[in-house]
Amino acid sequence: SFSRTIYVGHRPCPDTEAFIPSKFCDNRIVSSKYTVWNFLPKNLFEQFRRIANFYFLIIFLVQVIVDTPTSPVTSGLPLFFVITVTAIKQGYEDWLRHKADKEVNKYPVTVLEDGRSVKKESEKIKVGDVVEVVEDETFPCDLILLQSSREDGTCFVTTASLDGESNHKTHYTVPDTEKDLQALTATIECEQPQPDLYKHNLPFLSLGPENLLLKGATLKNTKKIYGVAVYTGMETKMALNYQGKSQKRSAVEKSINAFLLVYLCILISKAVVCTTLKYVWQSKEGQDEPWYNQKTQKEKDSNMYLKMFTDFLSFMVLFNFIIPVSMYVTVEMQKFLGSFFITWDKDFFDPEIQEGALVNTSDLNEELGQVEYVFTDKTGTLTQNNMEFIECCIDGFQYRYRDTQSELDGFTVTDGPVNKLQQKKEELFLRALCLCHTVQVKEAGSEVLADQVDGIDGLLLQPEEERGFIASSPDEIALVKGAMKYGFTFLGLESKSMKIKNRQNDIEEYKLLHVLNFDPVRRRMSVIVQTTSGETLLFCKGADSSIFPRVRPEEVDRIRMHVERNATEGYRTLCVAYKQLSAEEYAMADTGLREARLALQDREEKLMAMYNQVEMGMSLIGATAVEDRLQEEAAETMEALQGAGMKVWVLTGDKMETAKSTCYACRLFQRGTELLELTVRTLEDERLKRDEKLHELLQEYHRKAVQDAPPVKAGVTRSWSTANQDYGFIIDGATLSLVMNPPRDADASQYKSLFLQICQNCTAVLCCRMAPLQKAQIVKMVKNSKGSPITLSIGDGANDVSMILEAHVGIGIKGKEGRQAVRNSDYAVPKLKHLKKLLLAHGHLYYVRIAHLVQYFFYKNLCFILPQFLYQFFCGYSQQPLYDAAYLTMYNICFTSMPILAYSLLEQHTSIEILLDNAALYREIANNAMLRWHPFLYWTVLGIFQGLMFFFGVRFLFSNPALQDNGQVFGNWSYGTIVFTVLVFTVTLKLALDTRHWTWINHFVIWGSLAFYVFFSFFWGGIIWPFLKQQRLYFVFANMLSSVSAWLVIIILILLSLLPEILLVVLRKPRGPHSRQVYFSLPFPLLSLNSSFLPYPSYFLIFSLIYILFCSSFILHHVLTRCDVTQSQPITRYLKLYSYVKQWLVSLLVAGLH
Amino acid sequence: MMASSYNAKDEDAVGSGGPGAVKSKKPDNTAFKQQRLPAWQPILTAGTVLPAFFMIGLIFIPIGIGLLVTSNNIKEFEIDYTGVDMFSPCFNCSQNYSWNSTSACTCSVPFTLDQPFESNVFMYYGLSNFYQNHRRYVKSRDDSQLNGDKSSLLNPSKECEPYRTSDKKSIAPCGAIANSLFNDTLELFYIHPNGSRITIHLVKTGIAWWTDKHVKFRNPGGNNNLSIVFQETSKPVNWHKAVYELDPSDPENNGFINEDFIVWMRTAALPTFRKLYRIIQKKKDNMTPTLPPGNYSLEVTYNYPVRSFDGRKRMILSTISWMGGKNPFLGIAYITVGSVCFFLGVVLLIIHHKYGNRNNNADIPN
Repeated sequence: SFSRTIYVGHRPCPDTEAFIPSKFCDNRIVSSKYTVWNFLPKNLFEQFRRIANFYFLIIFLVQVIVDTPTSPVTSGLPLFFVITVTAIKQGYEDWLRHKADKEVNKYPVTVLEDGRSVKKESEKIKVGDVVEVVEDETFPCDLILLQSSREDGTCFVTTASLDGESNHKTHYTVPDTEKDLQALTATIECEQPQPDLYKHNLPFLSLGPENLLLKGATLKNTKKIYGVAVYTGMETKMALNYQGKSQKRSAVEKSINAFLLVYLCILISKAVVCTTLKYVWQSKEGQDEPWYNQKTQKEKDSNMYLKMFTDFLSFMVLFNFIIPVSMYVTVEMQKFLGSFFITWDKDFFDPEIQEGALVNTSDLNEELGQVEYVFTDKTGTLTQNNMEFIECCIDGFQYRYRDTQSELDGFTVTDGPVNKLQQKKEELFLRALCLCHTVQVKEAGSEVLADQVDGIDGLLLQPEEERGFIASSPDEIALVKGAMKYGFTFLGLESKSMKIKNRQNDIEEYKLLHVLNFDPVRRRMSVIVQTTSGETLLFCKGADSSIFPRVRPEEVDRIRMHVERNATEGYRTLCVAYKQLSAEEYAMADTGLREARLALQDREEKLMAMYNQVEMGMSLIGATAVEDRLQEEAAETMEALQGAGMKVWVLTGDKMETAKSTCYACRLFQRGTELLELTVRTLEDERLKRDEKLHELLQEYHRKAVQDAPPVKAGVTRSWSTANQDYGFIIDGATLSLVMNPPRDADASQYKSLFLQICQNCTAVLCCRMAPLQKAQIVKMVKNSKGSPITLSIGDGANDVSMILEAHVGIGIKGKEGRQAVRNSDYAVPKLKHLKKLLLAHGHLYYVRIAHLVQYFFYKNLCFILPQFLYQFFCGYSQQPLYDAAYLTMYNICFTSMPILAYSLLEQHTSIEILLDNAALYREIANNAMLRWHPFLYWTVLGIFQGLMFFFGVRFLFSNPALQDNGQVFGNWSYGTIVFTVLVFTVTLKLALDTRHWTWINHFVIWGSLAFYVFFSFFWGGIIWPFLKQQRLYFVFANMLSSVSAWLVIIILILLSLLPEILLVVLRKPRGPHSRQVYFSLPFPLLSLNSSFLPYPSYFLIFSLIYILFCSSFILHHVLTRCDVTQSQPITRYLKLYSYVKQWLVSLLVAGLH
Repeated sequence: MMASSYNAKDEDAVGSGGPGAVKSKKPDNTAFKQQRLPAWQPILTAGTVLPAFFMIGLIFIPIGIGLLVTSNNIKEFEIDYTGVDMFSPCFNCSQNYSWNSTSACTCSVPFTLDQPFESNVFMYYGLSNFYQNHRRYVKSRDDSQLNGDKSSLLNPSKECEPYRTSDKKSIAPCGAIANSLFNDTLELFYIHPNGSRITIHLVKTGIAWWTDKHVKFRNPGGNNNLSIVFQETSKPVNWHKAVYELDPSDPENNGFINEDFIVWMRTAALPTFRKLYRIIQKKKDNMTPTLPPGNYSLEVTYNYPVRSFDGRKRMILSTISWMGGKNPFLGIAYITVGSVCFFLGVVLLIIHHKYGNRNNNADIPN
């Protein structure tokens, strides 16, 4: 059904048919994912949904079931470790969520039941319950206000934690209801829950949004209220506005998965090749089962196809190390440990709140280095949400308040003489400030200081006057307080009369006749008051653009200059004008206004026309400048972000004017920026309907910003293209929903894509009047746009939660508006300014570290397993491992894991200071630069090259296995050990070459793991281990070291493997801050393309090196074949293989050059 | 090690999180936590790499030449005695092969050494197309049995299948490797120019790794008489004699610690391999070469069949240098790498001089 019926107090209405107690959900909030019972299966299921975990599970099962060359422990143990650690981590996080939910659900509330107040837990509230809420409590569910302790049937509410608007909103009780709630029987019909915060349709009687109190909002300034619950639990607007916390995956993880697939293909093709060749080889007589190597009876009996399959699986297991399970462990560890550097950073420590940064998810560290779009909240994020009256301009003279001077004389003219006339103007201006507003005075005696957001702290200076102000806009309060500082104090509004205490401490009284309310289209408001002397005055304040046409032009020029200067400084400016109304004029206005208010049709238009008529021919008194103080270093931060190539979008629930001035203040919009506005105001058009106008505007803006704009290279922003016109885009919530869900026939996707294209070509975008879900919608739209850019949301309030959750990275500010944003964020910092270091330094470093980590892991496992693959060609495809089981297991766990872990935690390829000073460095890693296919190919080629070197280098050495000076020979385990030694040293030294930042830890770990390898090998080979079935490595390592040839081959292979790398490091075009170092680069024109991670000629070099190597091996073989004729037969076979490989390489080389 | 220190810190943080805690949450200002550890920041530049290239070139080329010369000075003689060819002396033996034949087939292969072999000469047998590195083969052994473990002697590992038991007795030594022990007997005679055959003394010890012979391989203890120790066991099916009869003359070279057996048990890396068979020690007088040039005869007791898998058998005589047997690979590799490095050094130097400065200047304005 489309509506729900609610029986107030569960009492059926007498006149309706039957009381049908409908089923509504209870008031429980559930944000947790697991329960005790479903944790294990659900968590395991989710973990094994990850492609990697599933793969390792399969490998493990194969090892358990099939006779494989390696034991199941080698893959089972790491897998178990990974799964357990992840499960514990996720379990802990869910436990925290359970705890938070419980706190909310068990919160005690008072419910009226049969005339008695009953204390209940919040979760027990049912729809239809009458709930009592006292001051400063948050509403436990969505309520319809029935009764308030205030006489006028109103209550004040702040929705700071919902939409970030910290001002007090007035809500009204349902008119004409029974005063005795016990006797009240009523039904409420309302629509089914929907998430839009600003849209309520309560069709029955006069119920509207002003009667609905939302869960999460806080009662202010009202002792207590009674309300009936209409939406509870997960159906409240707040809960509906929350989105489930989806598991965020970083782009790096996506790259890993892509690489994983490549390696999986390599793995499978390796296994297929080996299996095929095995059966080809076996088909030759005498090869499969020579007399010296008979099969067991079981093997003989088994089915041929089954055997082929198990052979395939065995090869898979043998080569499965190519997909490193340890990489996942290391990545997890790197992320977990690495995130401590964020919490530890003392630059993120804010002495005010005595807290530093907080890391909720360590999964996204590297994503901080990849951000392309920053979505920021305004209130509390860009600004401190703390309005302050800065200066005013009266009749062309500028007045600035000086703190240092005494209260009364504080009002000083900084650029003009003071004379009598001036004095009069001054006072008129201040009276206007005191009268022209809708501010209410908060009664003294109640807890004044509670409301810090409205800036009551300013009043702390005057303890004797504990007076707070309440207004729908903090600007008004700032103005009233500004006037107070200069001697005119607004005392309050009592029965239509406003009282002002003037400089002489006299009380002036004015009769309030009319309030011409503020609205965003008119952008001004006025009051009509009557002085005690009977004069009728109209005071009007508003945006300059709406005031200037309504005053005498000669007055404008004097003030315009000030206003413009103030606006560019980022202050919120308002102009103040007044007009004296003659009795006739007033009478006309009065009747006109009254008529318009009572009009049944087109009331809005009529009122508007009347307002316009009244606010004419005024005279300008002055202008004010109010500062919504920006957060510390907000402008610098925004500039740095833009310099780093990020696009900043401001998403706010606030008014457009306010937001716009903030954007100017933050230098997101600059003086030269042409603003493209798409708001309710610009859509107002007499000729066209709204959607037609929208279409027209979209087309126009698109032409301007996209089509006419010269093609700009990606990543190049303002600083690079100063010649071009900058565009800023402004849109508001209502228009956005028009764009997203256009009415009727309009083409939805077309609007959306037009909008997106315009936005992407603008340097900054401002979206105002956004509901939380709309913020998320925008983030989602950008996130899913072409190229799927990485998005970051930063906000401080509950209204930002949905966008924080939606963006790739969500940052919470530990601001004044509660902790919801922090709780739902991935990272939380105390201040906006910390974002700069978080992204430019930490994010950049994390990205470089983890990208290198991932590439290195794939590389080191490729050159680890490639020799083992090649060995199959020499051992009859029998799945004989080249390395001992201990080496196979320890390689990733002990010998090569610590250096890369240390690297991935400590590396600073560029120092933090330089990263912070040169925001443009951030662009170098944009678009996942280090994990694209290009660098991946480079690492893969390197791995293959080194794997080939290791294997064939030792292979040539072993053409005569008599390697010791006593004529004794080496066997297969010596072969493997030599290869393995070269391997361990090469990959470790390769990392050493890559390390740009050698701390003692790096030294310790790199040299330590090499030493450990040597030590371990001695130790492992030095003892007959009773638990081992075979003593394969007994004294193999020691014997290897006693052979000079082995030493020599190890040295040359390490050197040769690293040679291309050293060459590349030297040849690589110097980047960034080191450019002053003595570098040189090849004269190839291709090298000047420094956008690519590695220039193409590098490939040329690698390929030519491999080519040289193979040519020399070819020559070598000629020599060898001449030396010993008797060995000719197997050697021709190898020669064939080499010529094959050579051909392949040559063709690759040719392809690479093209 | 690092993880634990992190964890400790974490607990601290949790402890101070309570409302009562006065301790500030301000992060410690330590170099490690602030990522300001003193660090060495090496940058490979032309200035550091160029000398390295020249150094490598200058060091490697002489080493390579030395290695190549050494390798070339090693005398090596190799002869295939498989008997595939109709006219080769062992053709008959290779044809009439059967495991059960009681009478040994012998053949004599004449050969000539053109050059004298000085110092100790090492005699190898070589096999081709013999997959000692096949997985089924490599794992088919029981090292604890070979180490003298009594229980393994009577109950060998399953890995030895199908060479684990015969006639309901456990096989000692079990497994495919032991079963296929190379059992040709090679003897060497020098044909004196006057026609007399002089037996060349072949030493059969010192051919296995010392640690293998003395630690890894042990005869089961309990009795000095090996035939009693092994009486519960059966000989490998392809063997003509039991393990305790491998070298009855020398108790230190009999049973599991027979060096021919140990050498065979070290599985070769590649399907074409050589294994040390005997050592011909240099003459005491040092005046005459160990093997003077001239005619020799290799007497083969042909027991080992290789024709079924298309294998080859060789006898190799070789002298040995400090780097082992003859292998020009290392020398060539060192010379090649040394020259490549030198060449690269020169090229880079030219580039550096030609373009380095210009690029450098161009960078500074940035």
